[in-house]
Amino acid sequence: MSSLLVLAIVVAIGLVAFFIGRQRAAAQDNGKVKPHSRAHYHGWWAFLLAVLPALLLLAVWAVGSSVYLDRNIHAALPERTVNSKVASEALDVSLVKSLARGLRKLDAGTLAALPASFAELQPLLAAKGVALASDTQDYMIPIAVEANKVQDRLGLFGAVVILALSIAGAFYALRQIAPRSRARNNVERLMLWGLLAASTIAILTTVGIVLSMLFQTITFFESVSPMNFFFGTVWDPRFAAAGSGGSQGQFGLIPLLAGTLYIAAVALLVAVPVGLMSAVYMAEYATPRVRSVVKPALELLAGIPTIVYGIFAVVTLGPFLRDLSAALTGGSPFIQGQSIFTAGLVMGVMLIPVVSSLSDDIITAVPRAMRDGSLGLGATRSETIKRVILPAALPGIVGAILLTASRAIGETMIVVLAAGVAANLTINPFEAMTTITVKIVNQLTGDLEFNSPQTLVAFALGLTLFALTLVMNIVALYIVRKYREQYE
Amino acid sequence: MNIMTEQSLENAVGDKMNAKSNEVIKMRGDKVGVFYGEKQALFDVNLDVRLNQVTALIGPSGCGKSTFLRCLNRMNDTIDSARVTGKITLDEEDIYDKNIDVVELRARVGMVFQKPNPFPKSIYENVAYGPRIHGLAKRKADMDQIVESSLKKAAIWNEVKDRLQEPGTGLSGGQQQRLCIARAIAVSPEVILMDEPCSALDPIATARVEELIDELRQNYTIVIVTHSMQQAARVSQRTAMFHLGYLVEEGATDKMFTTPDDKRTQDYITGRFG
Repeated sequence: MSSLLVLAIVVAIGLVAFFIGRQRAAAQDNGKVKPHSRAHYHGWWAFLLAVLPALLLLAVWAVGSSVYLDRNIHAALPERTVNSKVASEALDVSLVKSLARGLRKLDAGTLAALPASFAELQPLLAAKGVALASDTQDYMIPIAVEANKVQDRLGLFGAVVILALSIAGAFYALRQIAPRSRARNNVERLMLWGLLAASTIAILTTVGIVLSMLFQTITFFESVSPMNFFFGTVWDPRFAAAGSGGSQGQFGLIPLLAGTLYIAAVALLVAVPVGLMSAVYMAEYATPRVRSVVKPALELLAGIPTIVYGIFAVVTLGPFLRDLSAALTGGSPFIQGQSIFTAGLVMGVMLIPVVSSLSDDIITAVPRAMRDGSLGLGATRSETIKRVILPAALPGIVGAILLTASRAIGETMIVVLAAGVAANLTINPFEAMTTITVKIVNQLTGDLEFNSPQTLVAFALGLTLFALTLVMNIVALYIVRKYREQYE
Repeated sequence: MNIMTEQSLENAVGDKMNAKSNEVIKMRGDKVGVFYGEKQALFDVNLDVRLNQVTALIGPSGCGKSTFLRCLNRMNDTIDSARVTGKITLDEEDIYDKNIDVVELRARVGMVFQKPNPFPKSIYENVAYGPRIHGLAKRKADMDQIVESSLKKAAIWNEVKDRLQEPGTGLSGGQQQRLCIARAIAVSPEVILMDEPCSALDPIATARVEELIDELRQNYTIVIVTHSMQQAARVSQRTAMFHLGYLVEEGATDKMFTTPDDKRTQDYITGRFG
């Protein structure tokens, strides 16, 4: 039986249990004893007991049986020798599995008289729309047939156990129903666990991401020393020639890190003043009419995909700045078509709505009493903003800026298009430079051997980036939290 | 001899002023009306505020007393939908005149709010805020002087003199309110408006602030909005009773609390409504 069908039956059992439970609880309410929980809580409790344990078992069973099947196939395969026709053991197993999946498409008559050679089998399968790799071997056919049988047996047995568990859960819950039984508390405790699980997912995902990058990074550092990576000033990974190990490339982080921070700094120089001022205008001066137009318009700007900004930079702004600089000097342009300046400028514009929207919320959250207090002392509006509101909102604004900086550091598409992919180390903002994210994309795209340092360096870069933004976010949260309640 | 003459002359003038002060009108409201959008919150209020006296505004919630108070230093300007009609004068000068700078007006007519609202700065900076904005102190020593005397006048100096650099928000509610009063005094206003200054305070802190109000009367003209009849009776010389946006009655506090002319005043004071 397929898992989907089992799932549907389990849910159906749960629904039936819900209605019966609700009915029984309602019937028991004869007005003599005050019921502890309302009828629908009994229904939900029965539903949860019928469904949750069964689903857990279903998940475990699905994983367990697929592992068992793999090991079975593995054991049935012939011993590997030097002249095995298939490249690796894992490939062997997966060939058998796709063959087994293909066989399921055939009707019973064909299966009964299955040809023994793959050459004869292939046209039959192809007729059913199943395409198989041509290095599938003859000896795999009986193994695949056997695997299908085992899978059927496992599936049936599992379905029976799971459905039995579901029914048992439902009965257990239904038997518990009594006027004073605490179905409400039970349901809420389960909900609590559900909420906890939901919040854990994000954390576990983060841990998973870090771990997966960490292991690749460790492999990378086996061929390139951390000293060369973290303190190297030349980024020249070369290409991984087959068998060379590829370690003659140079993997210096410094040019990329410098480029990342430089471009982010230029972007923040644009975004922070403009964004802050627009936030001040919107929070303090704008009439409700203006605000209702300008604020959504600004937030619309935040919704534009960054690649569109990148195109704007490379097609319009970059050439314009280059020509402008050429016109200014009357000869050779001092701003290159792709430059830190261009990328920073465009990224800054992209970040303006982020800064302004966050700061606007923070400024509006400063209590009205602060404004009144200052205005009541004869301060002008701008004095009030400068001396009372902005200082009071400062921790929040700093937090907003750091969050923005994290975004600037993580930005890729604008940089690729506007600042280029050349890993220079320069302090001239009008030259091309590149960032960590761009190089990650660069190293992972294309036909590279996965185990070469050329590819693995992407993980080391990713981990560095992760650490960088993590530290910034922690600092931001710390600042926000430390000063948050000052005016309350 | 010369000195004696001068001093006696000064005394004579002072006495004369004290004697006359009951009659000097500091602020005058003439047919003051306030609209919030379409809704009228205050109707044709004629009310005089006398020099060096405490005028209490009483009345049930929503009667317009705070609205009137906020007209006196144009704090209603900060509310977009608010519109004021009629005329309010400060020393015979129309404060809603185009030539009046509202910022200057608010320096002359200071305000203390219902909820203590110290800035998230040090105690010193809270008091120095106003003088700094208006450029009242040229040197650091002058500023120290202003801060100290303001805190002394607000009867909080002894409690905070050793911790002037600590945040004002760390004080207790009563201390915060006196700090706010010190902050208002620091710009040497002529009139101080107080909007239920004790409603967020406990009885002991209230007693301190009331005592302070009585002392401040020597140098300032005070208008106070209060919900507490006892407070009005204790601290004020004149009382004005508001009801549903109208000024019901205004007169000497003694008279208002013993023989009010209007039945509504009597009912409110004796607790029959409100």
